[in-house]
Amino acid sequence: MQSDLITSLYVFMLAAFIGFEVIRRITPLLHTPLMSLTNALDAIAVVGAIILAGEHKSKLSTVLGTIAIVAATSNIVGGFLITDRMLKMFKSSRPPKP
Amino acid sequence: MISAAAADVIIEITYLAATALFILSLKWMNSPVTARRGVRAGELGMLLAVAGTLLHHGIVDYKWVAIALVIGSIIGVPLGEVAMTAVPQRTALSHAFGACCVTLVGTSEFYLRTPNVPRLMMCVLSLEVILGSLTFTGSLMAAGKLQEILPQRPITYKGANFVNLSVLGIAILVAVILIMHPERTALFPVIVAVPLLFGVLMIIPIGGADMPTVISLLNSYAGLSAAAMGFVLDSKLLIIAGALDGASGFILSVNMSKAMNRSFTNVLFGAFGQEQLSAVGAKEARAVHSATAEEAAAILSTASKVVIVPGYGMAVAQAQHKVRELYDALTKRGVDVKFGIHPVAGRMPGHMNVLLAEADIPYDKLLDMDDVNSELPQTDVALVIGANDVTNPSARTDRSSPIYGMPILDVDKARTVMVIKRSMNPGFAGIDNPLYYLDNTLMLFGDAKSFVGAIVRELTGAGHS
Repeated sequence: MQSDLITSLYVFMLAAFIGFEVIRRITPLLHTPLMSLTNALDAIAVVGAIILAGEHKSKLSTVLGTIAIVAATSNIVGGFLITDRMLKMFKSSRPPKP
Repeated sequence: MISAAAADVIIEITYLAATALFILSLKWMNSPVTARRGVRAGELGMLLAVAGTLLHHGIVDYKWVAIALVIGSIIGVPLGEVAMTAVPQRTALSHAFGACCVTLVGTSEFYLRTPNVPRLMMCVLSLEVILGSLTFTGSLMAAGKLQEILPQRPITYKGANFVNLSVLGIAILVAVILIMHPERTALFPVIVAVPLLFGVLMIIPIGGADMPTVISLLNSYAGLSAAAMGFVLDSKLLIIAGALDGASGFILSVNMSKAMNRSFTNVLFGAFGQEQLSAVGAKEARAVHSATAEEAAAILSTASKVVIVPGYGMAVAQAQHKVRELYDALTKRGVDVKFGIHPVAGRMPGHMNVLLAEADIPYDKLLDMDDVNSELPQTDVALVIGANDVTNPSARTDRSSPIYGMPILDVDKARTVMVIKRSMNPGFAGIDNPLYYLDNTLMLFGDAKSFVGAIVRELTGAGHS
């Protein structure tokens, strides 16, 4: 368990560095869609909630897990929808390359 | 049926693919040309991960999972359909939902594992639950303020910071006790409830103008709490997604506080603007030059280069579509029109860009602060619509000004400055703006939407026919 946690820390650290490098390059133009996209991606927490609700280990965990799935799924659906809607609106005045 | 071992392999592969797709998704967000591909990648990753998870051998009952997925989707659709002006509060609300999910899962995990929770596990579990619950109520409060259900003005009282820090201190103290003695399960509800209270207290003193920083900060917390959940569940996918979200929120908060020349602590504990109001009231009225729509149109039509500086006032007046008509009318006359966007204009990072893009203004005309500041000295007319503090030259010159040092858009360097403003009332932060008294500044008094409309009518000649 302890070594698992250490491995997880390495993973977290590397992911944070990748996150910084990738996100630093994103133009301020798209910061609003960026936030709604990361929000949708963050709702990957739904996988934990699905297992929790599906395992049926206790009444409490099933109830809380079910509510958690609802909350996360609404973020996934709403987040991707609005991000795409916003990005669709960004048009260039230069004609697109053929 | 596939065996449990085979299912585990498939699940891990879907998670690995999802992780790669998430990183690509963010990478493609760096340009409007590839950004929609980024959304597709994210969606595919999410679909893979959720489908993979459904194969998990531990799942014995799909009924509630299916019902919850359907209800979540039904709630999600309208949340994806909100008006562009409502995007800041929608974003705050979704931070609350994300944090809610994390907190509930953390709570269940505690009760499933108790009383044998190892100390290290209890550490991350406490972190997950504390961050999750304070983000939950904090984001709900922020959404309430943005939706104007709650008062937007910062509400402060004496000793507020002391109270807030004590509340947070209690939560951390109880968490430490739980880590030392995980068998004291009666204490667990405290580390959920107290941070819930802290989230409310944290947002009460924060005003609307600070929302961009606060939303970004809450975004970061939501990401970090999800990463903590990944540690608890030993899910690398969650750790990575949480770290990416946390990093994104962190970068945005740093950008926002830099753009306001303030530190995080100052935003969270400062609540400025309140004390300034009295000082402004004492100031005597100074002379300003004002102009009519006709005069403004005449100056604009002879200009060769115009920079429009939009602020939150444009969004409030819903003037972006009229601004688009102005852009069209001027462009038709051969005027070079660009937009100067300050990082903290609006209520969340990038807010103005989205509103202008919605009004069909091409994104290559939307310039950020550094680019537009190098163009402003060669600009004939800078037209300020509903922006105030981000154009205040005292940020450059007046050491006693509360916004001294804040990077601003140097509109005063343009040959003529026009400011559309309802009245001479000071802006949100309550700071007087010397820009309005300059000799090259023309004040256009009126509602942003109708005034821009009047200028457009003059320009297109419809006013005379």
